[in-house]
Amino acid sequence: MNAPSESSLRSGSDRDPEKLSDTLLLEPSRISPTRRALSVVLRSREIAVGAVLVAVVVLTTLKSDAFLFSGNGWRDLLLTPSILLLLAVGQTVVIITRNVDLSVGSILGLTAYLTGTLFADNPGIPIIVVFLAGFAFGAVLGLVNGVLVAFGKVPALVITLGTLYIYRGAFLTWADSDRINPSDMPGAFLDLGTKSILSIPVLTIIALVVLAVVGYYLYSNRGGRELYAIGSDPDAAVLYGLPVRRRVLAAFVLCGALAGLAGVLYTARYGTVSSNAGSGMELQAVGAAVIGGVAIFGGSGTVWGAAIGAFLLVTINRALPVVGISDFWQRAVVGGLIIAAIVLDRVLSAREERRLVAARDEMRKQA
Amino acid sequence: MSAPVLSRPEKGAARTYPAYSRPLWRRVLLTREFAVIALLVAVVLYANGNVENFDGPLTMYYLFLDMAPILLIALPMTLVIITGEIDLSVASVVGLSSVLVGLLHQDAGMSIPAAAVVAIIAGAACGAFNGFLVAYVGLPSLAVTIGTLALYRGIAVGLLGTKAVTDFPEKWTDLAKERLTEESSYPMILVPFILLAVVFTLLLHFSSFGRGIFEVGLNSEAAHFSGVNVARTKFLLFVLAGAVSAFAGIYYTLRFGSARGDNATGLELQVIAAVLLGGVSIFGGRGALHGVIAGVLLIGVLNSAMRLEGYTVNVINIVIGALLVLSVISTSFLAWVSALVSGRGGGRLSQLVPRGRRRTAAGSSTEER
Amino acid sequence: MKLHKRRLAGLAALTLVASMGLSACGSDDDSGDGGGGGGDDAVSITMLPKNLGNPYFDTSTAGAETAAEELGTSVEEVGPDAASPDAQVPFINTAAQQGVGALIVSANDPTAICDALNEARDTGTKVVTFDSDTDPECRDLFINQATAEGIAAVQLEMIAEQIGGSGEIAILSAAANATNQNAWIEMMEAELSSNPDYADMELVDTVYGDDDDQKSFDQTAALLSSHPNLKGIISPTTVGIAAAARYLSDSDKKGKVMLTGLGTPNQMREYVKDGTVTAFALWNPEDLGYLATYAANALASEEITGEPGDTFEAGELGEYTVEDDGSVLLGDPFVFDADNIDDFDF
Repeated sequence: MNAPSESSLRSGSDRDPEKLSDTLLLEPSRISPTRRALSVVLRSREIAVGAVLVAVVVLTTLKSDAFLFSGNGWRDLLLTPSILLLLAVGQTVVIITRNVDLSVGSILGLTAYLTGTLFADNPGIPIIVVFLAGFAFGAVLGLVNGVLVAFGKVPALVITLGTLYIYRGAFLTWADSDRINPSDMPGAFLDLGTKSILSIPVLTIIALVVLAVVGYYLYSNRGGRELYAIGSDPDAAVLYGLPVRRRVLAAFVLCGALAGLAGVLYTARYGTVSSNAGSGMELQAVGAAVIGGVAIFGGSGTVWGAAIGAFLLVTINRALPVVGISDFWQRAVVGGLIIAAIVLDRVLSAREERRLVAARDEMRKQA
Repeated sequence: MSAPVLSRPEKGAARTYPAYSRPLWRRVLLTREFAVIALLVAVVLYANGNVENFDGPLTMYYLFLDMAPILLIALPMTLVIITGEIDLSVASVVGLSSVLVGLLHQDAGMSIPAAAVVAIIAGAACGAFNGFLVAYVGLPSLAVTIGTLALYRGIAVGLLGTKAVTDFPEKWTDLAKERLTEESSYPMILVPFILLAVVFTLLLHFSSFGRGIFEVGLNSEAAHFSGVNVARTKFLLFVLAGAVSAFAGIYYTLRFGSARGDNATGLELQVIAAVLLGGVSIFGGRGALHGVIAGVLLIGVLNSAMRLEGYTVNVINIVIGALLVLSVISTSFLAWVSALVSGRGGGRLSQLVPRGRRRTAAGSSTEER
Repeated sequence: MKLHKRRLAGLAALTLVASMGLSACGSDDDSGDGGGGGGDDAVSITMLPKNLGNPYFDTSTAGAETAAEELGTSVEEVGPDAASPDAQVPFINTAAQQGVGALIVSANDPTAICDALNEARDTGTKVVTFDSDTDPECRDLFINQATAEGIAAVQLEMIAEQIGGSGEIAILSAAANATNQNAWIEMMEAELSSNPDYADMELVDTVYGDDDDQKSFDQTAALLSSHPNLKGIISPTTVGIAAAARYLSDSDKKGKVMLTGLGTPNQMREYVKDGTVTAFALWNPEDLGYLATYAANALASEEITGEPGDTFEAGELGEYTVEDDGSVLLGDPFVFDADNIDDFDF
């Protein structure tokens, strides 16, 4: 693939899509801002994953109307992914810094049980207090992870593996063989699990608000951009003077807090908290992030992509039985998607690197 | 498994003269591996004296039966982690081979040995897929094996659903649990394990391929330039991991008499915990098999003793998780403590410059890394 | 630097070994031999349900504990979190190692745990299955809550009544291998095809919730979205029916898709009151655990040997006789509905 020469850039960029993508890569300011923004968006990973999601929904609805158009179809479509969405957003923030948090499933379980216990032991406690308590409890658990990773200089994989065991064990020891029953909780709280405002379920609204806040922070705030820097090149970040430890700590605290919030939502949605609440969800969260374009090596990706990835995973899970494929194949589909996503990432970045090198060589030749 | 260079703690002893100038007993005894072995001996002694029924005839027997899959898989996993990679899909390969044995035996009417061979080949193929993506395409092993963990487990569950095949010929299920001799407490599965352990020890510690593994873990680019075929080494290790996991899956199926897609879920975490406990550095480049075997047995003994004492699985999991975190942190912690003790360390600057370079810049030093 | 680290590690290891060694030497009492317990005054009994955290088994364990108190022994409950066959094996092994007098088990699979059970019996432990049986060669007695035919028949009767005798029905079961549920489902399928009363009813799907609440909840949602014409759901497991009821009561199918099966009154009370469920059946799990404990004690203290025709006393429940297939029958299933649900507390 030859790099375009300057003259061809000027003449060909309007008509030839390949030349357009080259121009976008090498000299983006040549193209008008609106065109540039449109091209970037259309080529983005998020749109691609979103298109796949829409395709899945359309295909399933063609097979069975009830999937989308029945009373519960639309509600369930939006409601069921909201828990995974929160986990995926938190996981994205951590993955961007080149770490991973495998303990979010156990944090979700612990907080879900805490929610139920708070309601059971203190009838009449305001719901907002429980939300805040869950959020704070998750933040504390995330803080433990963050301290161990930031100060222990050990890969987050191992630390969070250990805390996955520890938190799950603590959860089971605390719960013993009790479980939280719906009768322990006020009806208003359980209603949150199914109520909708303007046909969008309340839990989804909460998740979307969190998504917007975190997305904005990562995009425009200094702290958010520094997270990307730390993930791109940790050594350079240290030499540049960024407060690496503080940012990584904050990333884990946020991840834990969002997992805590997800635990509260879980209790509202399912009403019962049993001993394996949340187990296995950590890998789904990582999968959702990876599918949504977050590089596992850190430094790039957005929470919007992770959110769409979460929606895609859960929707596929729900669509399989409708289409007639036994939902036992769901995990295989998820695994295949993750591998396809990372291979695609790799192929695309290798291609981009090749084009950049070719363009540089071309320019050197011309110089 | 790459962590930023600047914040990595020191790894493994450099082969400097002062390191070899110490007497043999010191070189052997004052190592991570020996600490784990000593801890294992201590726990066994304590349990023998204080835990009821621990010294019964069944304890060691059940312990080895339970730990056998982890013992088997920990061997190739050690090699994988020493090269700086990781393989999270081993438990899914166990499940997949279990399902294959069950299906081939029940639906295709194959005999158990034939089904076993097919399963091991399938396991090697799974490992080859992992190895190809990691070594030749260049993807990070964490992401690849998270994906294949889901993929292989999904295929296993998809093939069989949540039903279990439980109809195996008694001859084979008995063989899986047979003892070495009539009254001994050691099951037959130890024989293949010891064979594999010998093979892996020879491979890792006494062959040039093994030297290559350590070199890849320490610095893969330098290894490449010194003539190690990095890609092929990693590829072979993943294939080995897949094949041994498949064998462990066959044993698991015959021991429990039940082939199920969900078999051995979560086993990979136990294997990794045992390997890290045994002194293998997660960053790669350092480790030894005797420490790993001691680590697996330590987890087994703790498991067994605590179960006999009546502790629930949860408490046992907390203890194992805490051990894992502590053992991994201890390296950095001890380095920090010794830095404090020696008066160096603290401050940003000292963390930026790796110790080795600083010391040679400062001149000679009698202390080795 | 390495010197310091190694020295510290080595010293720590040596002190640890020394201290442990000294303490072990000090308390050198001869802990009991491994096998052949029981036969003492008190028979130690271990209870191993399908999984822990299941209200049905919590109730049966409570019954077992009452019986144990009356008998002057103790019952210890152990179990896995997930209802899978291989998860039960380590607990059976531990019981064998401890040499308990009797083991009461509700099996997740009829054959998978057989070897482990036989090993336990070799060390002298008596094995009693309850609620869900294994192959008769691996156990000494089976405490059956009700006949499989009776349980299947009562559930079909209830659903036929509730959906008006015709329409699509589906089954939400527990684990795919569970002996008891599979036996009942088989009876139900046989009854559906042979009985002319049920000629207009069609069984379209059987899904498995693994006795896990969230999974059962999600499976109910999947059933409703993949079979839009579904009229009724039978869930022969207390966890499944509770989760399905909770999903239905918040959905637009409440009252349109009828739900019945086996449930506990406490879990189902609010759904009966709000109209999601009209009637369901069960027996008293507390009585089941109580009877199982008395049977286990009778076996372990060698009052009976488990042969058909043996009789033994079961405290307040009276006298029971062993049937021809080595089982003891508790009674008949009982139908709960809005009229009588407030009379019970379990």
